[in-house]
Amino acid sequence: MMMTSRMTGFRIALALTCAISLAACSKKNPNGINAGLNGGSGSDLAAGAPAPGSVQEFQTAVGDRVFFQMDQVMLTADAQDTLRKQANWLSQYPDVQIQIEGHADERGTREYNLSLSARRATAVRNFLISEGIASRRISSIAYGKERPAALCDAEECWSQNRRAVTVITGGARTS
Amino acid sequence: MGMMLNRRKLITAVGAAPFAALAARSPAMALDVDVSGGKINPLPIAIAPFLAGSGSEEVSAEVAGVIANNLGRCGYFSPLPPESFIERISDFEAQPNMQSWRQVQAQALVTGQAYMDGGKLRVSFKLFDVNSGQVLASQSLAAGPKLSRRLAHRISDQIYQALTGFEGYFDTRIVYIDESGPKSQRIKKLAVMDQDGFNAHELPVQGDLLLTPRFSPTANEVTFLSFGTGVPRVYIYNIDTNQKEIVGDFQNMSFAPRFSPDGGRIIMSLQSDDGVNSNLFEMNLQSRQLRQVTNVAAINTAPCYSPDGAYLAFESDRGGNQQIYVMSAQGGEAQRITFGKGTYSTPVWSPDGKWIAFTKNANGKFAIGVMKPDGSGERILTEGYHNEGPTWAPNSRVIMFFRDSGGGENGGPHLFSVDVTGYNEQQVPTPEFSSDPAWSPKLN
Repeated sequence: MMMTSRMTGFRIALALTCAISLAACSKKNPNGINAGLNGGSGSDLAAGAPAPGSVQEFQTAVGDRVFFQMDQVMLTADAQDTLRKQANWLSQYPDVQIQIEGHADERGTREYNLSLSARRATAVRNFLISEGIASRRISSIAYGKERPAALCDAEECWSQNRRAVTVITGGARTS
Repeated sequence: MGMMLNRRKLITAVGAAPFAALAARSPAMALDVDVSGGKINPLPIAIAPFLAGSGSEEVSAEVAGVIANNLGRCGYFSPLPPESFIERISDFEAQPNMQSWRQVQAQALVTGQAYMDGGKLRVSFKLFDVNSGQVLASQSLAAGPKLSRRLAHRISDQIYQALTGFEGYFDTRIVYIDESGPKSQRIKKLAVMDQDGFNAHELPVQGDLLLTPRFSPTANEVTFLSFGTGVPRVYIYNIDTNQKEIVGDFQNMSFAPRFSPDGGRIIMSLQSDDGVNSNLFEMNLQSRQLRQVTNVAAINTAPCYSPDGAYLAFESDRGGNQQIYVMSAQGGEAQRITFGKGTYSTPVWSPDGKWIAFTKNANGKFAIGVMKPDGSGERILTEGYHNEGPTWAPNSRVIMFFRDSGGGENGGPHLFSVDVTGYNEQQVPTPEFSSDPAWSPKLN
């Protein structure tokens, strides 16, 4: 029962995504009005999986973020694992452009955290390049402690905020 | 004897305090009558209701209120409740009855009057030594009627200076970051207010993530960090002309800006091409020449000039973690000055050159402290979950900083001020959450 309702919710969400892409599509290209519909009714939708090459697939099936130890920029084994998956996915979709967002937790001063988060973004960027992703596809930005993802006053949140997030900025498939 | 002795006592207390060990603060401390061990004994002062010309009743009461608020907040004075006053001043020129003011325990008395004088508001005041009846300070000032609070701040400065011997700091402003919206997407805008928290208003600078504003020495310009399209960069905003300009169009992130004491240069950090390090660079605002100041493979940031411009204090992790270093502003070797437990950051030189204020992170707490520029004499002024980013009042007696007490998604920072002795911590009221305060020099 639980499973069914979850699936239904997911389908509704996907249907909404399709509707949005259809609208976007028809605005840009009035002749391609069916493109969104065709993609949206594919077999992947029925199976509940995000479309291949989509932002959703990258976020859910690959993983868009890696985490760091306190005051560290070293990539952990887990982080390297995620980044290899990212590189693998990115090589399948060579049109995809990404921006690496570096972040720090709140337990530091503002200027230092900007610099620390820049180092983290650089560590991820360099790793992806070493995995064969062209440097021109990767930009980076340092957010310091300004954009926390988890909001509590404890290590369980701070550990989620010491992160680098790979954000797709262009070239992903929308359907 | 009498008032002169008390005056000297107050001055001695305040002057000696920075060198005294920081005593544990207790609620009883403010009630101590005797001055000892670096504690400050607030001087009882009566601010008589100011006389008002016809139609100036409201502004007259406002001026007296601003003065009482300033003197009370600074921690050196205890304004007495007007309800307790016996004498009602009815003639500004006549000598008050000192016996009646002694009776309400006042040691100093302020009288004043305000009236419209040819389109301008004229405010006059007299400061009396209650014991001798002598006038310690008096003046008559005039300005446009909208500047009533500034007149009150200037009078406060004169009273403060006459009684403490320190230069006043009330006619000053604070530039800071106004924070609103959800914590994960907080909107951070530049804002300016008077030092007492009044007249807070946002500066019309585009961008939703603006950080670390710092005044120019003339207080009409602010340098700050802006996130826009692309990497974060350093800008200067001119309050008078409403113009914004970029400080060098660098490919990499530029951040942590601060004006030189002569206002002609900006010192800041630039991220290196390899994205790993940050070094200090100085931009000459006239010639637009860029000079590299540090060249060390580390995070070198949060630079601040000494008031004479000869030295720089900054933080660096070149030794493994964040510590404060001092070097010649011309370049060369930097000397590490912090060796205590924990990390040290955000050094800010006091305007009199005698102290460096800093943020210290040790034992899971963030503290604000001061030390001499050679690293000796460290004193922690306040400590807690998170305190950061000190800035000095122009007289080097008061430090403002921001504090976040936690509170999860509903939490946020507020501004606080504290005497350089660690005494008299006060929240500075702001309309929203607030951070990154920077104190202006005295206004002209």
